[in-house]
Amino acid sequence: MKLLQLPSAELRRQMAGAGVWLRTGPFSLKLKSRIPSVAESLAKLYGQFEVRSVHEAFADFHIAVNPPGNLRRWLLPQAEFSFDGLQPFDPLPRDQAFPMLEWGLNWCVSTQAHQYLVIHAAVVEKNGLAAILPGPPGTGKSTLTAGLVLSGWRLLSDELTLIELKTGSIHPLPRPISLKNESIPLMRSFSPDAYLNRASHDTAKGTVAYLRPPKESVRRQHEPAQPGWIVFPKWVADGETELLPRSKQQTFQSLSQHAFNYTQFGVEAFRVWSGLIQQADCYDFQYSRLQEAVTVFDHLAESAAAGEARN
Amino acid sequence: MRAPTELVSLVFRNPDAIRRFSLGDWDRLVRQARQADLLARLHILLRQGGLDGEIPAVARWHFEVATALAECQATEIQMELRQLRTMLEGLCIPLVVLKGAAYVAAGLIAARGRHIDEIDLLVPRERLNEVESALKLADWHSVELPEYDQQYVHRWRHDAPSQQNLRRATLINVHHAILPDTAGFRPDTAKLRRSAAEVTGFAGLFVPSPEDRILHTSTLLFHDDELPRGLRDLSDLDLQLRQAATEADFWPRLLARAEEFELSRLLFYALRYTRHFFDTPVPDEVYDLLETAAPSRASLRLMDVIYIRMLAPNHHSCNDALTPLARHATYLRAHWLRMPAHLLLPHLFHKAFISPFQDSSPAKAS
Repeated sequence: MKLLQLPSAELRRQMAGAGVWLRTGPFSLKLKSRIPSVAESLAKLYGQFEVRSVHEAFADFHIAVNPPGNLRRWLLPQAEFSFDGLQPFDPLPRDQAFPMLEWGLNWCVSTQAHQYLVIHAAVVEKNGLAAILPGPPGTGKSTLTAGLVLSGWRLLSDELTLIELKTGSIHPLPRPISLKNESIPLMRSFSPDAYLNRASHDTAKGTVAYLRPPKESVRRQHEPAQPGWIVFPKWVADGETELLPRSKQQTFQSLSQHAFNYTQFGVEAFRVWSGLIQQADCYDFQYSRLQEAVTVFDHLAESAAAGEARN
Repeated sequence: MRAPTELVSLVFRNPDAIRRFSLGDWDRLVRQARQADLLARLHILLRQGGLDGEIPAVARWHFEVATALAECQATEIQMELRQLRTMLEGLCIPLVVLKGAAYVAAGLIAARGRHIDEIDLLVPRERLNEVESALKLADWHSVELPEYDQQYVHRWRHDAPSQQNLRRATLINVHHAILPDTAGFRPDTAKLRRSAAEVTGFAGLFVPSPEDRILHTSTLLFHDDELPRGLRDLSDLDLQLRQAATEADFWPRLLARAEEFELSRLLFYALRYTRHFFDTPVPDEVYDLLETAAPSRASLRLMDVIYIRMLAPNHHSCNDALTPLARHATYLRAHWLRMPAHLLLPHLFHKAFISPFQDSSPAKAS
């Protein structure tokens, strides 16, 4: 059953009680929250994801976002993230409860799922080939990702590129895309039909709102992709659209700074890592106009497909 | 006397039990074992029993990832130990390794599935500063502590502040004793160093004898105030006891050494709870001999109430109504054992009322 088939009152009741079982990409979650805004955003953004009975027995991550049990709740309402009874972070203002769930979930995957090389990068796919977009916040990575997936690219992930150590293929985790500050009105005008949830203000990253992942990306969330390109995006105000090749060695060095668990798997990670860089074409990409950016990426995908057809 | 919901030690005692596990049982087993840091060791146990095929597909990666990580860490520890040996050779100090890194170095069964991110070294107290300086030159630097904690460590602790390599994740703890200076009794560390034997195939690296290792693990376990990985430490003891027991005169040696160090009561507790959780094959006559060192029946009953809860995985599915009380009791007991009252009361006061307002240690969400 899909989450959107669950009446919202019923979802709120389950989340406040025994929790809901939800699958996202390769992971199953049991989620609990007594905070109504969490259930509300979840229903709107995760509608296409599979839910099962709360009595479904096994879940990879047991997660809760609830008011903390301290006295401050009387002064300033807060929300606290728990992973199986542990609280790895300080509580945040209640208004940030949903972003906290998303950040907490990223934390679970990047600290536990070592069957993958986990890179802090967005990743999108076309014709079976994936474009990995690493970049610290503020480089326009999420904006570019949103623009691409609203223009026919498949969303694999907005934050976490999961490269399976055994096969080197990239596994999707098509959760909502987090948009910050100016990119929120920008996406609204780029695609007026796209759904964004209610924004949370004054977070560590400024104002944050989430874009619902495309239905097709969620439907194909178990379909892996092969590495095609590694592109370092950079949004430059009024900048020209520019795609410049980048050396493999330079890419290797910069990309390893974005890997969460690169050091944990020594030699094996190095092997997967080298394979990835060998396989992918590497670029630096500067843009300011989203539509032009999409055209450049479409062109990359078309020439790869044409190259494939010639071979 | 066993909490019925604790599944980790149940599987160690009787691996075949997993054949009847529901998915709900697997869910609890994975969570409890993760909290106890025993996922990898459980996985290896199941593999050895030809039972890993019984692990349901949905739960499998949790075990595989934990095992891969432990194997990787063991390789890294070997590499670090070789570097440390070279460094200490220059100072003419033998490299004596304790705990997890010692299991790896000596190729013990207790190294299997053991996560190790720290190397514990034992050096003579008077050479501590030299070793710290040498570590600093080799890019190992002290982990930063708040001012009060730093002064406390330097004045009273049995080890220097942890040293972390600037380029790698491994931590090094340099000890000059196995218990803090504040504790009422102090096992003679020089004896411990003298009895350490060179590891075959790893010239220049020494690990303590089996009986000293077992006494050391027991001492740490029953002096700990939180026991975050109590069951893992107990499992280390279980595996070391099983392996050492294959040597002919191990048990008499262990009893004699415990007496020599005045650690018979701790050994009594260690054997009592390894038997309880892991069915460790301790000969009855050994256990009977140690009963002379046991506390009064009433104290023992209280210890059972506390330690059977504290040594279970720290997961809410293992808790009962008495668990919170047991935690408080362990915290107080550990501090009582390690510090005299004129130091303990100001220390607890500082920890309770001053430290919480100085540093906020939990990581920030990002």
